[in-house]
Amino acid sequence: MAEMMFWEAVRRAHDEEMERDPLVICMGEDIGVVGGTYKATTGLYDKYGPERVIDTPICENSYTGLGIGASFLGVRPIIEIMSVNFSWLALDQIANTAAKVRYMSGGQLTAPCVVRSPGGTAHQLGAQHSGRMEKVFMGIAGLRVVTPSNPRQAYGLIKSAVRCDDPVFINEHEIMYNMKGEVPDEEYFHPLEGSEVAREGRDVSLFGYNVSVHWCLQAAEILAREHGIEAEVVDLYALSPLDRAGIRRSVARTHHALIAEEAEPAVGVGAEVMAILDEECFYELDAPPVRVSAATVPIPYNHTLEKAAIPNAGDIVAAVRKMLGR
Amino acid sequence: MQRSLIRQFYRDMLLARQFEEAAAEQYRQGRIAGFLHLYPGEEAVAVGTLRAADPGDYVVSTYREHVHAMVRGIPPEAVMAELFGRAGGCSRGYGGSMHLFSPEHRFLGGYAIVGETFPVATGVGYWLRMTDSADAVLCYFGDGAVNQGTFHESLNMASLWKLPILFVCENNHYQIGTEIHRHSALAEVHRRACAYGMLGRRVDGMDVLAVYEASREALAQVRSGAGPFLLECETYRYRGHSMADPASYRSAIEVEELRARDPLASLWRKAEAAGWMTADERRAIEAEVTAAVDGAVAFAEQSPPPTELQAGVYARPLDLYRGAP
Ligand SMILES: Cc1ncc(C[n+]2csc(CCOP(=O)(O)OP(=O)(O)O)c2C)c(N)n1
Ligand SMILES: [Mg+2]
Repeated sequence: MAEMMFWEAVRRAHDEEMERDPLVICMGEDIGVVGGTYKATTGLYDKYGPERVIDTPICENSYTGLGIGASFLGVRPIIEIMSVNFSWLALDQIANTAAKVRYMSGGQLTAPCVVRSPGGTAHQLGAQHSGRMEKVFMGIAGLRVVTPSNPRQAYGLIKSAVRCDDPVFINEHEIMYNMKGEVPDEEYFHPLEGSEVAREGRDVSLFGYNVSVHWCLQAAEILAREHGIEAEVVDLYALSPLDRAGIRRSVARTHHALIAEEAEPAVGVGAEVMAILDEECFYELDAPPVRVSAATVPIPYNHTLEKAAIPNAGDIVAAVRKMLGR
Repeated sequence: MQRSLIRQFYRDMLLARQFEEAAAEQYRQGRIAGFLHLYPGEEAVAVGTLRAADPGDYVVSTYREHVHAMVRGIPPEAVMAELFGRAGGCSRGYGGSMHLFSPEHRFLGGYAIVGETFPVATGVGYWLRMTDSADAVLCYFGDGAVNQGTFHESLNMASLWKLPILFVCENNHYQIGTEIHRHSALAEVHRRACAYGMLGRRVDGMDVLAVYEASREALAQVRSGAGPFLLECETYRYRGHSMADPASYRSAIEVEELRARDPLASLWRKAEAAGWMTADERRAIEAEVTAAVDGAVAFAEQSPPPTELQAGVYARPLDLYRGAP
């Protein structure tokens, strides 16, 4: 196992898949000559040339659609949208074309494309660059949605997504590209469905995904050290479909559940997990489950207000103590 | 040309240059965060077009909009305070560098989604026509934005309904690191106007006098009811795309060549030769601008932060989760 940065893991997955299959291409704004805003495609332009590493004009809906159309005929595009905030513009092609074509063609066509894009609140990027859009994508039937919380998952999820015959949306995070983590030296395919127990515990299940997994892990440390509470942290790296069985298994051990999300609560991952808890774990729960979410606001620029809008480990600790009465 | 106007141009462009350099310094010191897109090199575009506009005209701009805001009359203090995220900022600290707003100055915003200014400005133009207004709207965008669908869709509607819009392309030849010939099949942006049956022309965007004259003519057309106009200003940015961009994709020689056509230096050369401005007048302007920029930073530093997180999300307070009446 070698340690590498998140962006290096993303780059390695691209490189291996492009090396293996000449029909794997990648495309996006400034991904070629510049190597990507987060360096995730550095060097690929020199290695594979402009036909397979495409610097696109600014036209998210059309270049995403171009990738989707090519994918009908066997091309495996890895489409980068520089920030999820711009994926609103590509939503038509993703939702109306890629996600529906298999079903509405009676199974004759399929769109095996990968769309990757970083979202989340970073550092004072303002309302139009701080969107969290996973809730939008996970509501689209026919689209798979995954969201890595570390370099190993990023590498393995991209590899699996490229090989998958469905369209896959990979929700990355702007602040994670320089995060370090271990990635297997040998080739590794991370499952596109399921969840991972990131920390074992018996008192409460903390469900997180992407950046909120890290808040849950921090909270679990504090809960153990200062309050004698052993929290289990479950990493929901697959958002669509969500791992109902994994959620059920964890709650069967702990009988308490909390879901932490970086987005506003309405119609989100937390809402969906709450529904699963209700449908599948109602009689296992010893206390009402809790959601820790962002404030329902466009993200303000001011630093203090921005921080106040987004939950953190402290909020999770407080919510768990309240739930357990300790 | 009037001497007072020449001095005005010089002052505006110098304020623009010094304000942006001060913002870069404040960014380095950590008082400004996020994405900061600066304007050095492009001053003649905002100054030439906006000084040709009437006070009643509306402006819709991008994330690279500090200078447009100031030429429009928003005080440098209010712009700098916004960059600091303070309550004294023109968006009360909620917007930041990319989202300056001041309807009072008919400045309808800085927008950070590329291509977003086209439909917004077209809507403003539609309102102006509905109300038989004599005012116009100026819509700013870069060379990279013209490949977004909204450009084509909006120009079509604007021309179809003869809306009073001056579309101003700030062609600095780069879409972040992608040079114009690598992102556009037709690099002469102004020629796209003919696809929508509207007028367009290109002007040297490093020459404030040329931009001013071209804008006056274009705005006269727009106001005459002839429909929208596409004005392409060829310019250059000296700095990277934003403070995060080291601009490794272009050569130092390229930047030096463009700097030789610096809009401030060339205006001064012309003004001095023609006797429009004396060295003393220039020094007086420099002293005044330096004081204005220092004042803007001092104001921003002491301006308090905004404190309300929830207020302002909706027109009236509405708690979605407690079921308001
Ligand atoms: C829809 C959308 N796509 C991508 C971006 C990221 N982005 C911000 S500015 C920019 C380049 C814009 O170039 P241009 O229009 O020439 O304007 P300039 O910055 O050169 O003034 C890009 C790709 C964005 N903000 N919005
Ligand atoms: Mg440009």
